[in-house]
Amino acid sequence: MSIFSLAITVLIGVLFFLLFFHLSNFLLDYFRVKASKNFAFENSIRVIIFIAPAFIVLFVFIIYPVFETIRLSFYDKVGENFVGLFNYTWAINDPDFKRSIINNLGWLIVVPTLSTFFGLVIANLADRIWWGSIAKSIIFMPMAISFVGAGVIWKFMYDYRGPGDQQIGLLNAIAVALGFEPQAWLTIPIWNNLFLMAIMIWIQTGLALVIFSAALRSIPNETLDAARIDGASELKIFWSIIIPYLEQTILVIWTIITILVLKVFDIIYAMTNGQWQTEVLANLMYDWMFRGGGDSGRGSVLAFCILIGVIPILAWNLYRHKQEQKV
Amino acid sequence: MKKLTFTRIFSQLLLLLFVIAWIIPTFGLFISSLRDKDVLAISGWWTSFTTTEVNEIYRTKGKEDQINEGDYYFIKSNLFDEKQGKEIYRFGVTSKNIDEYEVGETALFKDETEITVFENGDYIWKSKEEFTKKKGKRIFVSAKSPPSFTFDNYKEVLLKEGLGQAFLNTFAVALPATLIPLIICSYFAYALTWMKFYGRDLLLATIIASLVVPLQMCLIPVLTIYNDFGALFGVSAKSYPGIWMAHTGFGLASTTFLLWNFLKTLPSEMIEAARVDGATHYDTFIKIVVPLSIPSFASIFILQFLWVWNDLLVGLVFLDKHPSEIILTAKLKELLGSRGENWEILTTGAFVSMTVPLFIFFSLQRYFIRGLVAGSVKG
Repeated sequence: MSIFSLAITVLIGVLFFLLFFHLSNFLLDYFRVKASKNFAFENSIRVIIFIAPAFIVLFVFIIYPVFETIRLSFYDKVGENFVGLFNYTWAINDPDFKRSIINNLGWLIVVPTLSTFFGLVIANLADRIWWGSIAKSIIFMPMAISFVGAGVIWKFMYDYRGPGDQQIGLLNAIAVALGFEPQAWLTIPIWNNLFLMAIMIWIQTGLALVIFSAALRSIPNETLDAARIDGASELKIFWSIIIPYLEQTILVIWTIITILVLKVFDIIYAMTNGQWQTEVLANLMYDWMFRGGGDSGRGSVLAFCILIGVIPILAWNLYRHKQEQKV
Repeated sequence: MKKLTFTRIFSQLLLLLFVIAWIIPTFGLFISSLRDKDVLAISGWWTSFTTTEVNEIYRTKGKEDQINEGDYYFIKSNLFDEKQGKEIYRFGVTSKNIDEYEVGETALFKDETEITVFENGDYIWKSKEEFTKKKGKRIFVSAKSPPSFTFDNYKEVLLKEGLGQAFLNTFAVALPATLIPLIICSYFAYALTWMKFYGRDLLLATIIASLVVPLQMCLIPVLTIYNDFGALFGVSAKSYPGIWMAHTGFGLASTTFLLWNFLKTLPSEMIEAARVDGATHYDTFIKIVVPLSIPSFASIFILQFLWVWNDLLVGLVFLDKHPSEIILTAKLKELLGSRGENWEILTTGAFVSMTVPLFIFFSLQRYFIRGLVAGSVKG
């Protein structure tokens, strides 16, 4: 399609929604003037105008699909015949599924921990140095890049050439310079997972960094100065004042990255597509969505497993929301 | 207080180390995208800043270019097709001994013809007899190649590989998929904050629960709806409006939540005063709330836009891989599969896909960070 027709399509799409709100409210006002002054009735119509589009979208794209996916997990590949727990027993016995669960657990332990840790350390370092904001900008930059783009960047870093050739991947060039054999990093089972996780850590450290930076500013300077005057070392201040102060923030960042990691798909799909024992749930789920014409039963079971992972966080969020509402 | 202690130097060095480690992957990609594709395939990008030594093979011109001067026949030309800035320092005429001669020396072929090669690639090939062969002879050269960068890869990728079209397609996906949720969620968030209706708390709780629901839970049923819808009306199940609405759906919870978080910080006296004066909710929304919310709109716009721009999964499921619909990330993934060894295509393609996010990042970083922080401190 040409730029022109694309632009027209885009314009129509956006205008449609703008006009919907404009016209419906205009009509409501018009009839209000003409008809009686029934405020309650008018108000409820307006509530409907305000929430209906969002609610319909929410229902069609989130609420209904969640329950439908749970239903489908008990049905066969086309979603027509009830098969009980068949899909679940299949999953438990499937080697790819076991591999995915183990890998996902690995991702869940390594990535949030290291991202949070690096973010915290860098935020502290950058806070007290004059070029700190430039440093933060640079480390934060990968947050803007797509996972696929990051995949290409790192695939280039991990590039492998035979032992005799000149290496064009930085990691192998360093390995060779240090006197080791070059390695095809992404094909070494178990370890290759760490090389994939490195990409996610590279991206998410920036998120942790900016949130910590904002939170650090809320620590009262008097507390820090008092500690310094009392002769506490910077390391001691870090462990005994800053960490306890940021406890809530650490928890929040941890949960954000955890949710992200549970859904990790793009990196695996672009880099290895689950080969060499790097399979994860989201990639396996995508695979089953389309493999052999698509198997909605098995795909749904896999999606449901990801949901189970986030349920504790979901419950915790709702609980916190309740607490806040009470105040 | 600000004395130069060991701790201070150490923390500067440590931070510098982090910065270098973080920037190098992207920097390497960028430099590689500007290099000549033949050089890129055989040498690391870090070698591109210094003069490197390369061994190459060229072929001389054949009999058609010969000239007759006195008793001799000459072929005078240059080994390089185009100016490359290379400096030859040794050359040879047999594959067994590729650097037999110093540049400027005269080499003897088996057929008793003589050739002299100069530093800039010029050569003079001299023979007593007339040259009879159409094909020239092979010349082996050792040359010093100075750093050189080119935009050729970008031309190739944008025009021949179809990334230019994918770039436009991504815009056509991302703009409405950002604006539509912003429009409908701003009304929604307003209603959740300032209107009283039955079930409001339940709706709010649903939004908070939806925030963390994995996308994967929704894909299969939504795809089924699209397929049924397409079959019912005889249209394609994969279309731009389809993906806009999908992105709207998947971004709705976070957009609403962020806006709601912002709106509830507005002073309620102001809203109530407007209502008492007889303004409808619609007037209040358009004339008071929207102008006050511009900064938070900007933050949310950036977050959602980057999310959509960088998304791969939704694009794969709800759009065709046809050139008129394929988005950048999907295209890049396709290239990773089909042109896995053509690093000039991949590095350049990846950099093209990163231009818009990086531009937004560097020009609007403040809003981007504000949005992220607002979204995280609460959610």
